[in-house]
Amino acid sequence: MTHISVEINGQRVERDIDPRVLLVHFLRDDLGMTGTHWGCDTTNCGTCAVLLDGKPVKSCTVLAVMADGHAVRTVEGLEVGGELDPIQQGFMEEHGLQCGFCTPGMLVTGRALLDANPHPTEGEIREAISGQICRCTGYSTIVRSIQWAADHPVGITNGQAQKEEVTA
Amino acid sequence: MVGHITTKPWCSSRVEGVTVQISAPFDYARATSVDDAIALLDKFGEESRVIAGGHSLLPMMKLRLARPEALVDINELDELSYITDEGDHVRIGAMTRHYQLIESPILARRFPIFADAGKVIADPLVRNRGTIGGSLCQADPGEDLTAVCIVLDATVVLRGPNGERTLGMSEFHRGPYETAAEHNEILVELRVPIRPSSGSAYEKVERRVGDYAVAASGAAVSLAADGTIAEIGIGLAAVGLDERPAEAEAVLRGKTPTDELIASAAKLTSVAVEPIDDLRGTADYKRHLAEELTKRVIALAIARAKGAQA
Repeated sequence: MTHISVEINGQRVERDIDPRVLLVHFLRDDLGMTGTHWGCDTTNCGTCAVLLDGKPVKSCTVLAVMADGHAVRTVEGLEVGGELDPIQQGFMEEHGLQCGFCTPGMLVTGRALLDANPHPTEGEIREAISGQICRCTGYSTIVRSIQWAADHPVGITNGQAQKEEVTA
Repeated sequence: MVGHITTKPWCSSRVEGVTVQISAPFDYARATSVDDAIALLDKFGEESRVIAGGHSLLPMMKLRLARPEALVDINELDELSYITDEGDHVRIGAMTRHYQLIESPILARRFPIFADAGKVIADPLVRNRGTIGGSLCQADPGEDLTAVCIVLDATVVLRGPNGERTLGMSEFHRGPYETAAEHNEILVELRVPIRPSSGSAYEKVERRVGDYAVAASGAAVSLAADGTIAEIGIGLAAVGLDERPAEAEAVLRGKTPTDELIASAAKLTSVAVEPIDDLRGTADYKRHLAEELTKRVIALAIARAKGAQA
């Protein structure tokens, strides 16, 4: 067993774990954080994406011990104080999901994209999510959802969608 | 299926009985320096492996294609993450990740082939973890950066218990999944010579975004003042050629490039490759791609070299 200390969504978590435990299983099975989905298990589908020190990675191909001393942000960490992140609101506004299986990975990857590039082109959005598979939407609504979040960086407040030019 | 085992006690009861793919047990140690990593490899012995990005090794461990008894994690070694321009060569630390190769202004100016190749390696999430040292040491036959380093005549720096040694790509890269690195040696750096008035390019055909190459080709040229080709390097991935196609290069070296000469060099390249039929395509198709892609990358490398000259 190896002792690890990982900051998960701003909270320090310490555990003794078997080194072969993957980050996705550590999150889901040891911590009960099932927001991160476990899909193909072969680094292809991207639904297990989490942010490792702010960068999206596939948590089925990262050992939990490799996250020791680092910061992990999962889909559960997007909502702050009961307010959905604008990226989550965008997926609601633009119907960015049907079955929802790929959604956690799409959300955190979209969040990382907008953190690095607040005004991405459609091409940049499609490139950013190219490591993830959606079998419902044909991607168009996901792209529109991320665009919505880029256009509404503070999201919906008091029932009103705040466009950037209003708040800038 | 091979490699599937039932869940171990660390899994909660909620998923008990579900079949998951988990590596066989191994010891794990995180290296605090390159010398520490070498000492750990010596301590754990022959059946230990270095883990960098892990995006080749961990999938192989899940499938029991690899079964190391111990992993030495070098992800914390920031001392191996750098790209520096030394004037006559560029140094690239082995832990430089694929996304850093794509974003580097030094490489964009000196060797645009890195961004060409980097952008077609796997997908952005994988590129956030994958490293150039890991790619070269994995030596997958469909791997892109080995071909890039062959094209650019790069030198590999290996460090072991007895110090460092430098090898050319032809000495380092021995073939599919095989390199000259000893068990207790770590690839620490790549050195890429800078040639005057040079340009480079890489192009790959893949079945879908993120897949390994059906075929890929790269080229680098350096132009003399009179516009003739002073030096040329050609390298391919996924078509069974680990060396540079000498006859193809000889057609262009010292000559003023023309469409006919480029086509001739590309044709000779397609004769030199030895692709196999597999699920990514037939040997004939890959040979066709080798010719067409080589033609394109030579032309683009020349155009970029002229741009650098202007």
